Amino acid sequence: MLGRLSWDASPFYGVIPAIAASVVVLAAIGTIVLLTVMRRWRWLWSEWLTSLDHKKIGIMYVVLAAIMLARAFIEAGLMRTQQALGAGAGDVGPVGAEHFAQLFSTHGTIMIFFVLMPFMTGLINFAMPLQIGARDMTFPWMNSIALMLTIGGAGLVMASLVIGKFSTGGWTGYPNFTGAEVNPGVGPDYWIWALTLGGAGSTLTGINIVATIWKERTTGLDHLMWMPLFCWTSLCTALLMIFAFPALTVATVMLWLDRTFGFHFFTQGDGGNMMQYVNLFWMWGHPEVYILILPAFGVYSEVIGTFSSKKLFGYTSLVWATMAIAVLSFTVWLHHFFTMGASANVNAIFGIATMVIAVPTGVKVYDWLLTMRHGRLRFDVPMLYAVGFIVTFVVGGVTGVLMAIPPFDYVVHNSTFLVAHFHNMVIPGSLFGMMAGATFWFPKAFGFRLDETWGRRGFWFWIVGFYLAFMPLYVLGLFGMSRRMATYLHPEWQPWLIAAWAGAGLVGCGLICQAIMLYVSIRDRERLRDITGDAWDGRTLEWLAPSPPPEWNFGARPVVTGRDEFGERKLNDEAYPVPDRTAYRDIEIPANAATAPLIGIFAFLLAFAAIWWMWWLVWISAGAIFLLVLWRSMRFDLHRQVSAETLYQADMAHRRTILAHANGDIGSGAPMRHARGTEGYLAKERREREGQA
Amino acid sequence: MTDTTTDSQGVRPHAGIPLEHPDAETAHATERAVFGFWIFLMSDLVVFALLLATYAVLLKGNSSAPGPAEVIELAYAFPETLLLLTSTLTLTFATVALREDRARGVYGWTFLSLALGAGFLALEGAEFAGLINKGHVPQVNGFLSGYWLAIGTHGLHVAIGVVWGLILIAQFWIYGFCPAIRSRLVRFSLYWHMLDVVWIAIFTVIYLPGSLVS
Repeated sequence: MLGRLSWDASPFYGVIPAIAASVVVLAAIGTIVLLTVMRRWRWLWSEWLTSLDHKKIGIMYVVLAAIMLARAFIEAGLMRTQQALGAGAGDVGPVGAEHFAQLFSTHGTIMIFFVLMPFMTGLINFAMPLQIGARDMTFPWMNSIALMLTIGGAGLVMASLVIGKFSTGGWTGYPNFTGAEVNPGVGPDYWIWALTLGGAGSTLTGINIVATIWKERTTGLDHLMWMPLFCWTSLCTALLMIFAFPALTVATVMLWLDRTFGFHFFTQGDGGNMMQYVNLFWMWGHPEVYILILPAFGVYSEVIGTFSSKKLFGYTSLVWATMAIAVLSFTVWLHHFFTMGASANVNAIFGIATMVIAVPTGVKVYDWLLTMRHGRLRFDVPMLYAVGFIVTFVVGGVTGVLMAIPPFDYVVHNSTFLVAHFHNMVIPGSLFGMMAGATFWFPKAFGFRLDETWGRRGFWFWIVGFYLAFMPLYVLGLFGMSRRMATYLHPEWQPWLIAAWAGAGLVGCGLICQAIMLYVSIRDRERLRDITGDAWDGRTLEWLAPSPPPEWNFGARPVVTGRDEFGERKLNDEAYPVPDRTAYRDIEIPANAATAPLIGIFAFLLAFAAIWWMWWLVWISAGAIFLLVLWRSMRFDLHRQVSAETLYQADMAHRRTILAHANGDIGSGAPMRHARGTEGYLAKERREREGQA
Repeated sequence: MTDTTTDSQGVRPHAGIPLEHPDAETAHATERAVFGFWIFLMSDLVVFALLLATYAVLLKGNSSAPGPAEVIELAYAFPETLLLLTSTLTLTFATVALREDRARGVYGWTFLSLALGAGFLALEGAEFAGLINKGHVPQVNGFLSGYWLAIGTHGLHVAIGVVWGLILIAQFWIYGFCPAIRSRLVRFSLYWHMLDVVWIAIFTVIYLPGSLVS
């Protein structure tokens, strides 16, 4: 009945696992109690979980990412603590070797699949449709399903804390260590199914993003080169998701068949081929790096343009560089395993391809720098992250080019040099970008800005902590320290690891500052109120809509006549024209759907049952998902009507608010630096243009 | 919203979409659904490409015998190919009938296609049963794992297609020829044709070379 689930799966095999499990259970109970006491269940269900509004789905993705980031950071802190204290033989340090292996496996898996992926998916979901003047994603229901599948995958990783153990095979899960012979428990199965759910969600999201950008652009945007750069990076990311995720699916399904049904894809004997797994994994894995980084590049482009009060320098080259990176990202996967023993020629080709991919990336860096040149720079929090990124990312890029040289890679392969390198890429390259984007679009999502002081503190702790945590790992890697070691017999490594541990502590302070920032911002939301909808003197269409935007985004969809449409309108004093009643039409917006969260629940149950071999539950869950999809396919009234008059009145009300604000009637407590429409930083640019003319 | 598919009279079906569009809104809805489905098919095709690539890698992994010489025979693959390719033709007739609004044609040709698909599945089932009888199960060696998974994944797709097609016929029956379900038939036919393309790849990569070694 319960498959291989028994009392042995309880988390009381160690003090730390027991504490972790208790925290998860208590947090779950606490959330349930809180929702019940505050009578928020109905609100949660009808306002959020069943909503098909792309903005709400985007926000839920980011909330998921924030929760999972907290867990992944705690794991990172535990690992740093263990290594800081781990000099010596035997069981030194607070964490045992087995548990340490679980920690680095979950940390990597969570950070990639359940922090960065949902974070960037959330930002794209929220901002991209607004930027192209759309009312929603092309497939709102599928959008919600993708979110629920991702939550289901994250739920599996959380469940593994309480019931059974997670994989010890690292986030890459190489067989034969993750095969049934070496690792017969449920750990690798948790890992496989968490990835399967997350990956299925990502594939659906990729399809949705491409379809949205291709089919939902507003009038005027048939000029693709007028799209904001974030849309371009979203498009390329989505294409990578569509083409790369099948490789992960194939690899994990084969591994699952090996483990569960005794197939021989990756087994040691009987004609299996472990290196085929590694190939498949990295055919997905390397594009995945760019799936994580390209959206951040898009955010940086928006942020650097906005906070330099300039159009992007080299927009066209940025677009082409993005596409070049997307294509080249499929040609470099072998550099993750130069030591496999392919011929020197094969290694050389992949090494050269890897160096080539640095070229378009370099183009982007120069474009960003030249955008800032002669700009009127404002160092708000998003811009701090962008500048911090440029400096730090270049360091990581240089170490990457070093490792692209096969002989050098042989020396540092699987050392902490590698650990330092990829953290050096994904923390500033992706995570900082996501934080910049979250700060940038927060006022758009909630109608008030994040507190600047605590945001700055968070940034400085993060970036100083990052350097302190990871620069020592470069040194240790050159000393010969392997990755994933719980203990070591070289006492001379310890000072460096203590430094790294201190760095992790600073990053922790950064996270705490960000939590305080959130609290302070909500408390002081009146002071931070974004009345005009244009919190940063923005240049693209999303700043045209009110903050937060109505469900339909734009009463009448804006017509685009050039790049940086909204910025140009402000220059020409055309930003807030009197709405033309005849431009409004009755529209349909997607009605809420309970089927999506239900499918998510059954997908979670299906995966959980497959992990524990409860086959009856697998079949029931699969049948339930089938019936839910079938039921949905027989419903044709999936929309709500919104009348043209409603849209028109909402736009008129927004315009009255802006006018009152510009006249100083309201919002005196909200010092917007460009409160009077065009009298902001853009005014200088206009005067200069008029002077030239 | 610009709609380049619509002319001044408001109606012009997108090339390749065999639908009579009552209005621009429906045309747009159909077009984007079909476009999204194309993207999904691309992703699905990558799955098959990787399954075949893995098969090719594992082909040498048959040290513990049996290998392709003992396992692969064209006796099943040949009629299977005929059935599947014919079903693609008949399903095309169904979409032509849909464009011309001939209800009986839609029902008849779709049903015939599904019957041919079911015939394909029956033959494949017989082939698999024969393999099991001889002990050629996927647990034996890497080559057989790759063989079963590649062909089995395709077979699973066909089976899903048959169920989907039956549901579509039922929905046509219940709801009439409304735009939403017309659009589904278009997507279903794309799916079905893709399975043909995949089958041709499977035949070329697995069956033909396999039959030549024996």
